[in-house]
Amino acid sequence: MATDLHRPVTASGAAADAAPETAPSTAPETAPSTAPETAPATAPETASTSAPEAAQGPAAVRVQGLARSFDGRRVIDELELTVRPGEFVALLGRSGCGKSTLLKILAGLDREIDGTVLVPRRKATAFQAPRLMPWKKVWRNVLLGLPGRPGREVAEQVLAEVGLDHRADAWPKTLSGGEAQRASLARALVREPDLLLLDEPFGALDALTRLKAQRLVGEVWQRRGCAVLLVTHDVEEAVLLADRVLVMEDGVIAHEVTVGLDRPRDLTDPRFAALRGELLDLLGAGPGTAHAA
Amino acid sequence: MTVSHAPPQSGTPEISVEKAPVAAPAQAPELEPLTSTRARRTRVPRWLRRTTGPLLLLALWQLLSSTGALPPEILASPGTIAGVARDLIADGSLTQAMGVSVQRVASGLLLGAVIGTTLALLSGLFRVGEDLVDAGMQMLRTVPFVGLIPLFIIWFGIGEAPKIAIITLGVVFPLYLNAYAGIRGVDAQLIEAGQSLGLTRWGLVRHVVLPGALPGALTGLRYSLGVSWLALVFAEQVNADAGIGFLMMQARDFLRTDVIVVCLIVYAFLGLLADLAVRLLERLLLQWRPTFTGQ
Repeated sequence: MATDLHRPVTASGAAADAAPETAPSTAPETAPSTAPETAPATAPETASTSAPEAAQGPAAVRVQGLARSFDGRRVIDELELTVRPGEFVALLGRSGCGKSTLLKILAGLDREIDGTVLVPRRKATAFQAPRLMPWKKVWRNVLLGLPGRPGREVAEQVLAEVGLDHRADAWPKTLSGGEAQRASLARALVREPDLLLLDEPFGALDALTRLKAQRLVGEVWQRRGCAVLLVTHDVEEAVLLADRVLVMEDGVIAHEVTVGLDRPRDLTDPRFAALRGELLDLLGAGPGTAHAA
Repeated sequence: MTVSHAPPQSGTPEISVEKAPVAAPAQAPELEPLTSTRARRTRVPRWLRRTTGPLLLLALWQLLSSTGALPPEILASPGTIAGVARDLIADGSLTQAMGVSVQRVASGLLLGAVIGTTLALLSGLFRVGEDLVDAGMQMLRTVPFVGLIPLFIIWFGIGEAPKIAIITLGVVFPLYLNAYAGIRGVDAQLIEAGQSLGLTRWGLVRHVVLPGALPGALTGLRYSLGVSWLALVFAEQVNADAGIGFLMMQARDFLRTDVIVVCLIVYAFLGLLADLAVRLLERLLLQWRPTFTGQ
């Protein structure tokens, strides 16, 4: 599953509304991820930008000196980030710290950037709101944007993986919050991504549904082996799922905590609680500050 | 910040403290039954309730006519009108007039729909189109289109052309405005999602923008239909030699209020049919939209 082929997210300050490039016809994206297939398309692009740091080993995301400003205010400032293939990284931070902006940049949706950003060609995003097209049935939503004319069974297979195959024919507006979020996840997974970007995907779910959804994401990740970047503000969720938790502050990755706990993780483990406390302290929301806030 | 896993021991004492004062007054609150709306709704069938109002009105009208309170030269009685309608249908003059009028509306509607939709797509999808088209449309829309009839007669003569042109003009604006607003009102989050799924520019238009603009465009179509019948009435009062409007003009000259009322009813009936067609279209195309049906 691991691939070290990257395509830089090109900066396009002038053409802000330019649509992202779509999958080139040279590489059938639904095929199993054999890296050489994509090589001809990406090699010329990556050669110039990634040659100096090629010695650092494989990566699913490599960001160097990234900057993004909104009206002169630097939201992301000289940010460095590397995610290994197959690694689950959680990104924490107070609201407005730029973590969602970073995810948007990695997804290729925001290109008014400076610096180097290398991401896999095959990446997929699941947003906080499911963002399903309400005029397409669930299975058509899952297949939307896939190259070629994939059959319904492709959608049903991946819907079964998230336990939603029985709602393949439903209209998105008739789904419950948890179901819609699972459909959104299926839509991301059907692209067989090397990098899965999750933007607070459980934020709008109720506590019980959230627990189930977190478990599902953990299982899917272990089965698929893709790299995951999970943006969240839930410390517990980060410790539960991630190999590594990053804390973003003032436009950079300010702290990094490696979670060395065995999976499946136990919420009642004292080491779990210790990590949680540590991260809450880093976020400035530790036990001492919680009541003051 | 979620604290969904707070230690249980901190929770229990709090609850018991809160419970104590609540439990003290043992006064039972007064209970009232909540009646089911289903039972209430099934008592009288919907269609019966909806037809009762108009039927009562009709009965009152007949009563006033029969007692002589409403003289026939002011307004004929429903009974007379029904008889006249039967005669007009029997000698074929009504059906022929209807055919002519429907054809006029259909041509004007088709032409107007094509022009309105094209302009809306141009200014909705392209910024250049917006700059070129929208300002002009917003300006022209304030001109009362009926006021253009004299000009149209000079340009197109007194045949079918000015009549269709007037209907076209009336149809273009509501359709343009609503379709344009629909395109511009498409959820930006969905566009972004489409981009992240790798849709091309055309794919975004086809799968996200156009379906998203459809509800607005259909609302525009319904407005357009209403306007088209209105425009037809105006157009047919000018030098018409066929059509329902012509029939009405003739009836006016002979003080036949019964024929005039029959023509009005035909107008209303045709308008109703057209509206029904659009509703059907809406139900077909907007299946995905859960709608509030009222209580």
